[in-house]
Amino acid sequence: MLGLDKRDATLLIIVTLLTMFAPFILNPFPEGSAMAQFNAGYPDLMQRFVIFGIFAVGFNILFGLTGYLSFGHAAFLGVGSYSAVWMFKLLSMNVVPAIILAVIVSGLFALVIGYVSLRRSGIYFSILTLAFAQMSFALAYSVLTPITNGETGLQVYNDDPQYLMGPDSPTVTNLFGLEMRSTYTLDMGPWSFDFNAGYYMCALFMLAAVYLSIRIFRSPFGLMLKAVKSNQQRMNFTGLNTRPYTLAAFVISGMYAGLAGGLMASMDPLAGAERMQWTASGEVVLMTILGGAGTLIGPILGAGFIKYFENIFSKINDSVLHQWFAFMPDGLEDFMVFIIHPFIGKGWHLTLGILFMLVVIFLPGGLVEGGQRIAAWLRSKTPGAKDETTKSTEPAE
Amino acid sequence: MGILEVKGVNKRFGGLQALGNVNLSVKENTVHAIIGPNGAGKSTLLNCLVGKLIPDTGSVMFDGQSVLGRAPYEINQMGISRVFQTPEIFGDLTVMENMMIPCFAKRDGAFELNAITSIPSQKDVVEKAEAMLVDMKMIDKRDMHAAAMSRGDKRRLEIGMCLSQEPRLLLLDEPTAGMARADTNNTIDLLKQIKEDRDITIAIIEHDMHVVFSLADRITVLAQGTPLVEDDPQNIKGNPKVREAYLGESA
Amino acid sequence: MDAIILQILNGLDKGSAYALIALGLTLIFGTLGVVNFAHGALFMIGAFCAVTLNKILTLGYITIDETQKDFLGNPLKVENTYVETWFGPELGAAIIDWSVPLAILFAIPVMVAIGFIMERGLIKHFYNRPHADQILVTFGLAIVLQEIIKYFYGANPIPTGAPEVFRGSLDFGVLLGFDPNVIIYPYWRLVYFLFAAAIIGAVFAFLQFTTFGMVVRAGMADRETVGLLGINIDRRFTIMFGIAAAVAGLAGVMYAPINSPNYHMGMDFLVLSFVVVVVGGMGSLPGAVLAGFLLGILESFASMNEVKSLLPGIDQIIIYLVAIIILLTRPRGLMGRKGVMEE
Repeated sequence: MLGLDKRDATLLIIVTLLTMFAPFILNPFPEGSAMAQFNAGYPDLMQRFVIFGIFAVGFNILFGLTGYLSFGHAAFLGVGSYSAVWMFKLLSMNVVPAIILAVIVSGLFALVIGYVSLRRSGIYFSILTLAFAQMSFALAYSVLTPITNGETGLQVYNDDPQYLMGPDSPTVTNLFGLEMRSTYTLDMGPWSFDFNAGYYMCALFMLAAVYLSIRIFRSPFGLMLKAVKSNQQRMNFTGLNTRPYTLAAFVISGMYAGLAGGLMASMDPLAGAERMQWTASGEVVLMTILGGAGTLIGPILGAGFIKYFENIFSKINDSVLHQWFAFMPDGLEDFMVFIIHPFIGKGWHLTLGILFMLVVIFLPGGLVEGGQRIAAWLRSKTPGAKDETTKSTEPAE
Repeated sequence: MGILEVKGVNKRFGGLQALGNVNLSVKENTVHAIIGPNGAGKSTLLNCLVGKLIPDTGSVMFDGQSVLGRAPYEINQMGISRVFQTPEIFGDLTVMENMMIPCFAKRDGAFELNAITSIPSQKDVVEKAEAMLVDMKMIDKRDMHAAAMSRGDKRRLEIGMCLSQEPRLLLLDEPTAGMARADTNNTIDLLKQIKEDRDITIAIIEHDMHVVFSLADRITVLAQGTPLVEDDPQNIKGNPKVREAYLGESA
Repeated sequence: MDAIILQILNGLDKGSAYALIALGLTLIFGTLGVVNFAHGALFMIGAFCAVTLNKILTLGYITIDETQKDFLGNPLKVENTYVETWFGPELGAAIIDWSVPLAILFAIPVMVAIGFIMERGLIKHFYNRPHADQILVTFGLAIVLQEIIKYFYGANPIPTGAPEVFRGSLDFGVLLGFDPNVIIYPYWRLVYFLFAAAIIGAVFAFLQFTTFGMVVRAGMADRETVGLLGINIDRRFTIMFGIAAAVAGLAGVMYAPINSPNYHMGMDFLVLSFVVVVVGGMGSLPGAVLAGFLLGILESFASMNEVKSLLPGIDQIIIYLVAIIILLTRPRGLMGRKGVMEE
């Protein structure tokens, strides 16, 4: 199907189903129930899932395949956002030109930065990309204020030219009239599901991005990128020029980041310099590693995982914890709350940091490797436990 | 005129004269061995041929064209392939993937943005790589991780990868170093086979005299960065100068 | 001329901090071959050692003085610190006033202990893993350390004063024969520079003149050979890690009065210190120190109004710009050795 082999096609179908039915899957708990706080089916959160998914999938094409660890990828995201907002300011609130320009500009930007940075490898490459991103960040805040609107952030104002804006054109971001914010809410008994136009557009972009990434992974080009990671010396002595291969990977992944930035601006027409800061670059590194660098599905899992728990953890507070541990004796209950307190709410980053360290130490392959290990463990248990097969018939997910 | 002509090559590292006025001519379709004691400059010479080092003076011509100042990948594309002392393969990839990479390099050149086509659809490359695996007697290891193989297998794979590029000159840097006797003999047989089956010139650096005398048509003895003698194997054996500089030392 | 001297002086204190952090980074990299992204966090913890000691010293209790009344007519509540009670009011007040320099004594054992724990507990297991893994795990550690500090001390900067005597400024210009008030330099920054110079001198002397230092230097040059000599390199490297942590910590302690400690100061300095290390040359100790001061001073020059009006925004990017140029033209940095991290 679509030039994919059976396994990859299955993967793509699963991802498609998951994203298309995400409003259901992410809202499994009835409105108002105690568990409703674990729901994640809000339009803006779902949009973040897929947008960061695109960002991480793109980053993985560079880091996962070639092993070049860029610490400055957020710069391309930021450039994409700025370009998109400029399209809103100059043309109209239609997202199509915005997204196209975001991808083109970030691609050109990546071409320049990549051309210079890829002259070095290893830690030097990481530092170079970091330096470039920090420079872009600093410039966006200061000198480039006419383009970036400095600390305020770039946004659309009433007196902007908007040359393509007709008298009836929507004043919010839209796809040929379909407003990105428009949401259809389906109420089924106590359940409620939101179907948001912006989310579905981003989801389609993510599916296209994933499809392209699978194709790249399975192509001769992808094989060459893996070869770069494995042994550059042998590559050079096999008549292959590594520089254009790594540069192409860098530009492609920069364009993915630009697409993510453009979509971000399309959901909310704002762009700020902090999107380019190195902490933002660090976040996409976390996502990719946590999910599993070099795997097809890992980055999406990582992005979803981090964005979901960031949202959930930030919402949990002490009173929620007290509810959970209410069944315990008072002293123990307070103790449990005391122990968990640092890791929730604003402590989410602490949890993330610890989780990330544990993954790097024990599970270098990330969540994907974790899943594989569990699957292997289940398989190794099954034959020995033939008599008790009834016990292990739970779906292995 | 040989296919490879080295003329007046000098190379200094600081105060050390690594190569002094080296002249070498390798005739087409022969096996030319370069021997010499440790520190004679054999590896330096080899590195000058493939673009890893640039000589201070002198010229290196391959098939009438200078190789000096060209990047290693360009020299390789001209038709010179190199086998390293420690096998250089793509350890993270499978044996089949290893073999396909040089096939792509031969077909598509130094860079090709083949990002959308799938590998299995590239039938010519797949068939060629498989045929080479059969030739190298390692088709059964097709899907194995290259890093997990024995040293002898890695060497065989590396030679196979170089051959898939259909080079006109194959450079071998101590191909049997660190190998057990059985592996060494296998490698000798493999190289003999290659020499018989293909239109190929081989230049080999080797310590093991058994290997040298089983394969070489012509031998150059290098001592202290300068060629001492160049002659046929039987004459080299009897040459007193060589005995003194090299063979005597190994006794 | 006076403007130039002023900028050099202004660059010295930041340069000192860069140099100290870069020195520690290089020690760790040179001896252990590990790229430590958590080194900025050690600097930050050092600064919080100063904060902590200050908090401990100013711990107090409240007594009610019946003889005095406040403006509402109630008995006056007097806050007393234990330190003043124990040591008498004058000595007690002096101890509190000098809390930052005193924190050096407090910080050394704390930082060395943290360094040991880090090396034995975590870094040790990453010697044979790829550099990318080392970067990632220490990056994670940096996040964890900074979040722990944030949990206990909050997100806001905590002003921590220098001793009273160092709070003024020195009119440096007069000493050099310029007009008064042209080159004024705060005393504490001068102290910081001298302190940094002393630490740097001590580290170099230690490496140069002790057997321990000799072995470590040999290990930096060629780890395997020294290992073959039967010298227990690992234990020495653990100690080296402790020293590097202490250097970063002390840099942080003394920096507290210059810049009120906050939880993200480590990351801010880390990025720049890495740039410093790369500019100086990975693995070169003199290079790290030289580049630290050079970049500090350069940054200070770039923030002059004359320069900024000529090249707007240059103060924000000068360090990165220099790093990029150096990396591209002299990949080994100013004083780097051949083949370090070049794969």
